[in-house]
Amino acid sequence: MNRKLFSVIGGALVLAVCTPKDNSTARAAAADRATVEDVQAGATISGKIKFTGAKPTNAPIDMSEEATCKAKYPTAPTAETAVVNANGTLANVFVYVKAGLPAGGTYPVPATPVVLDQNGCRYHPHVLGIMVGQNLEILNSDPVLHNIKAKAVKNRPFNVSQPSAGMKTMRTFATPEVMVALECNVHGWMNAFLGVLPHPFFAVSGADGSFSIKGLPPGTYTIEAWHEKYGTQTATVTVAGAAPKTQDFTFAAH
Amino acid sequence: MTSVAHAPHAANAHHGPTSFWRKYIFSTDHKIIGIQFLFVSLFFLLLGGLLAMQIRWQLGFPNTPMPLGTLLPEAMTNGGVILPEYYIQLVTMHGTFMVFFAIMPLLMGVYANFLIPLKIGTHDMAFPRLNMWSFWLAFTAGLIMLAGFFVPDGAARAGWTMYAPLSARPDLSGATYGQLLWCISIVVLGLSSVLGSVNYITTVINHRAPGMTWFRMPLSIWAIFITAILAVLALPVLQGAAIMLLFDQTIGTHFFDPIAGGQALLWQHLFWFFGHPEVYILILPAMGMVSDIIANGSRKPIFGYHSMVFAIVGIAFLGWIVWGHHMFMSGMNPTLGSTFMVSTLLISVPSAIKVFNWLGTMWRGNLRFTVPMLNAVAFVSMFTIGGLSGVFMAATPVDMHIHDTYFIVAHLHYVLFGGSLFALFAAIPYWYPKMFGRMMSEAIGKWHFWLTFVTYNLVFFPMHILGMNGEMRRLYDPTQYDFLKGLQPLREFISIAAFALFAVQLLFVFNFLWSLKRGKKAELNPWQDNGLEWSLPSPAPHGNWERAPNVYRGPYEFSAPEAGNADFLPQHVKLPTDRDPAAATAPASAH
Amino acid sequence: MHWWLPTAASTFAGPIDGLFLAILIITGIALVIVEVGLLWFSVKYRARPGRKAFYTHGSTRAEVIWTAIPAVTVVALGLVSNHYWVQIKGRNSVPANAYGLGVHVKQFEWQITYPGPDGQLGTSDDFTLRNQLHIPVNQPIVVHLTSEDVIHSFYIPQFRLKQDAVPGLTINAWFQATKTGEYEIGCAELCGMGHYKMRARVFVHTPEEFTAWMAQQAAGGTE
Repeated sequence: MNRKLFSVIGGALVLAVCTPKDNSTARAAAADRATVEDVQAGATISGKIKFTGAKPTNAPIDMSEEATCKAKYPTAPTAETAVVNANGTLANVFVYVKAGLPAGGTYPVPATPVVLDQNGCRYHPHVLGIMVGQNLEILNSDPVLHNIKAKAVKNRPFNVSQPSAGMKTMRTFATPEVMVALECNVHGWMNAFLGVLPHPFFAVSGADGSFSIKGLPPGTYTIEAWHEKYGTQTATVTVAGAAPKTQDFTFAAH
Repeated sequence: MTSVAHAPHAANAHHGPTSFWRKYIFSTDHKIIGIQFLFVSLFFLLLGGLLAMQIRWQLGFPNTPMPLGTLLPEAMTNGGVILPEYYIQLVTMHGTFMVFFAIMPLLMGVYANFLIPLKIGTHDMAFPRLNMWSFWLAFTAGLIMLAGFFVPDGAARAGWTMYAPLSARPDLSGATYGQLLWCISIVVLGLSSVLGSVNYITTVINHRAPGMTWFRMPLSIWAIFITAILAVLALPVLQGAAIMLLFDQTIGTHFFDPIAGGQALLWQHLFWFFGHPEVYILILPAMGMVSDIIANGSRKPIFGYHSMVFAIVGIAFLGWIVWGHHMFMSGMNPTLGSTFMVSTLLISVPSAIKVFNWLGTMWRGNLRFTVPMLNAVAFVSMFTIGGLSGVFMAATPVDMHIHDTYFIVAHLHYVLFGGSLFALFAAIPYWYPKMFGRMMSEAIGKWHFWLTFVTYNLVFFPMHILGMNGEMRRLYDPTQYDFLKGLQPLREFISIAAFALFAVQLLFVFNFLWSLKRGKKAELNPWQDNGLEWSLPSPAPHGNWERAPNVYRGPYEFSAPEAGNADFLPQHVKLPTDRDPAAATAPASAH
Repeated sequence: MHWWLPTAASTFAGPIDGLFLAILIITGIALVIVEVGLLWFSVKYRARPGRKAFYTHGSTRAEVIWTAIPAVTVVALGLVSNHYWVQIKGRNSVPANAYGLGVHVKQFEWQITYPGPDGQLGTSDDFTLRNQLHIPVNQPIVVHLTSEDVIHSFYIPQFRLKQDAVPGLTINAWFQATKTGEYEIGCAELCGMGHYKMRARVFVHTPEEFTAWMAQQAAGGTE
C-alpha cells in the first residue's frame, strides 16, 4: 500500500545515489592510449623569444591580507604579466604548432598529468600547455582557500574550490583552446593561462627565454607565439628529416 | 473513484472493486491523498535532516573529513572534506526541502486534505481528481528538486532565498542545470499548491454539513482555510519570479541583472512578497491544529474562540504588508524600512493574542498530558521564543546588527521547528488512529518528545548567542574571522547536540512505521474529542459518511454542563434540547 | 567564549545596544510570563481523578488587556526605533563632513579606494587597496558601496554597521568609529563559494597615525 510506495521511492533514490558518478569530471582520465611518452624520431624547432624596448615594471603584489602566503616571500612578489629576463628575453610565452600537421593525425595522450600548483598564492606555472584529454592535476600547496575558475569558451568552464592544503583536483579538456584563462577569485592577483592542444607540439619560454618543440614529422608548419600582454606572432617553418630548425620571435614593448 | 454519483449513497456501495493502483496510488480519496503526502513529506523531512547533519559536521569540525564523506563524489568533497561549493548547496537545499517539501506539504497536503472533509462533515473534496493531481505534481516537483544533486555542476546554491543576480548567473554561482531544476521544481510545486488550495477553499465554503456554521468550525479548519487563501495568492508570485529567473538563465533576459538594465532588488521584492505570506502558511495550520489538541488536552473550550479566528485573519492580512522586513539592509529606500517596521511590529499583536488564549485554555483545565498534548504545549512554549526573537529584528536599528546572522537562523528554527514541527509531532499521533486504525506508542512518543525537546533547545538556543556576536549566515568556515574564532567550542557543542537531535528522530520514524502494523488497535474516539471525524470508524472509510451528519454545536464543548458525566460533547450528538439544523449549503451528494 | 554583543566601537553602538537591551527586557518579561504560566498551569491543573475543568469560552476583558498592552508596547518600540533608524540610514543622515571612501565589492574581495592626500575621491592621487580599510577615529566616514557582480553585504560587527552592496546601485553607508584598534569586515550576504573568505581588516587610527599612513601610501609604500 503506501508503504510500498515509500519503499519504491526509497529504493529508486538509493539506486540513483549508488550509480556511477557523472563523468563531466575525470577522476583518472583515459590512460588507455599511452603509458609512456613515446620518444618519436623527428625534427626540433627551437629558438628564443626576444624583447625589445624599455623593460616593463611589474606591480608588486600586496599579500598582507593572506598572511600565510605573504610569509613565503622574503620580498614582496611582483605580478607576472610581463616577465623580461636578465638576458633581454621574454618568459611565459606559449609557443605551439598552429597548423601544418597531417590531417587526421592522432597523438598519444601522456598518462602523467600536467600539474598546476597553487603555492604562495600564485599559480605555478603561470603559463602551461596540455593535450586534449590529458589530466590537469590542480594542487593546493597553501593552507588557504583557492578557487580555480577556468574561463574556458570552447571547453566546459568550471569553478572548483580547494579550501585546504594537499587537496588535488583533476580536470581534462575535450577541445583545443588557446588560451583558457584561469583565475582565483579569493586572491585577485592570481591568474594563469592554459593552452589546450590536440598534439604535443608546444612549449613555454622560461627564465632564459628559450623554447624547444621536439619530434615534428617533416612538413611546413605555422608556429604561433602567444603572450598575455604583447599578443601573438606567427612564423612559418619547414622541417625535413631530423634536422633542427631555429625560429626566434621578437616582442616589443608598447 | 472516478464516477460522480447523483444520489445519497452508502459509502462504498456505488462502484465495484477498485484495483490496487486506483485505490492507493492514483486515488482521488482525500484521505489516501493525505496519507500519500504524509509518506513523501516525511521522507523529505528526513532528507532535509541529513543535509543539516552535513552542515553541522562542517561547522562543528571545520575542514575535517566527514564520516562516509569519501562516498560522495569529487565535486562535493575532497578527501571526505566538504567543499565550499557543496556546503552552499547543502544550506540551499536544506532550506528548500524543509520549507517546500516537508513543512508546507505536511501541514497542508496532509492535514488540509485529511481533515477538511472529515471535520466539516462531507464525503470528499469538491474536486477529487484535481486533488489527485495536486499530490502527483508535488511528488514530481520533489523528484525534480532532488535531481539537482545528480546533474553536472550540482544543485542550486544561492540559498533557499535564491537571491539574484547570483542565482541568475551560472558563471558567478557555478550552478547550471541545478539552478534550472530548482526553478522548474518550484513552478510545478506552486501549481500543486494552487490546485490544492482551490479545492480546500471551495470545499470549506460549499460543503459544510448542516449546522456547521462558520463559527462552529474547528480552528484547525479555519487556519487551513485562511492558509489556503494565502497560498493561492502567494505561490503564483513565486512561480512568476522563478520563471523570470529561468528566462534570465536560458533565453537571455536580464530581469534581475543590471548588466542590461535589470534590477537585483526586483527578485527580493517578488520573492519576499511570496515569502512572507509563505511563512504564515507554514505556521497557521500548525496553530490551528494545536488549538484543537490543547482544548482536547485541557478538557475545556478554547479560550476566546472568536478572538482566535480574528487573530488568524489578522495575521494572514498583515502578513501581506510586512515583506520588506527581510530587506531592511538591502538598499531599499529607508522610508520603506520605517513603514515595514510598523507593520511588522503590529503583526506580533495577533500572535500574542493567540499565545495568551492558549494559556487561557489551559488555565483551570483538567490537563491530560498525552503525547499530542505534550508536543502542543511545547509548541506554545517555543513559538513564543521564536516570535519574541522576531521583535529584535523588527526594530530596524537592531536589525542592522543581527540581519543575516545566526540570530535569524535561531529565530526561524524556533518558529519552524519549535513551532511547526512540534505541532506536527502533536498532530501526527493525534490523527494517526483515524488514518491507520492504530495508535502510535505513547511510551516511545514520550521518550521522543522529551529527548527532542531537550536536544532541540541545546541546538538552537545558543544560535542566538552566535548571532549577537555577529556570526554571519551561510559561512563555510567562521574560524576565518578573529571575532568568530573564539566561538568554535559553541559551534562544536551545537553540532554534537544536532547529531543527537537527529538520532532521536529515529524513535519517531520507528514508532510511525512499527505502529502501522503493530500499534494498538484504535477505537472510534481514542482522545474523547468532539470533532466530526471521531464519529467514524478508525480508519475512516472511503466516502466517510453514508449521509452528512447534523451539527448541533461548536467544536470545543469540553466539560459543558450539558455533557453530564462525560467531559466532552461531540458536535454531532443530538441532545433533547437540540433542534435539527437547516439543510446543508450544498446537497450532500454533490461531489 | 563571548556571550554578549561585541565591543562597541562606533557611535551607532550606543543606541543599537540600548535598544537591544530594552527589547530584551520587554520580551524577557513576556517570555517569563508565558513560560512560567505554562509550567505552572501544567503542574497545577494536571488531571486528577474527580477533577473537572472550568467551563468557560473566554473573557472579553482579558482579550482587551492582552491586546492593548502588546499593541501599546510595540507602537512605543516602533517610535523609538524609527528615531534611530532615520539618524542611521535616513536619506539625509550622512554628515556633511563625512570622509568619503570608495568600496567596490566583488567575488571575493573588498577593493577600497582612498582619496589620497588631497582628500578628494576621483583625483589622480587616489589609490586602491585590497581588503584593508584604514580610517581615522572620531571622524564620520561614508563608504560609497558598489558591486561588480552579485549582492554582497558590508558588515563590521563592532560598529553595528551593515549595508548590502548591490550591483547596479551606488549606496552610501556612513559611520563613525569611536575606538582605535583593529576590526574586521565580514560579508553578510551569500555571494558564492568564497563568501566565507571575504574578510577585510579595519584599522582605526588616531588622526596623526592616519595622516602618516596616508602619506606613506602616497609615496608608494606598502604595509
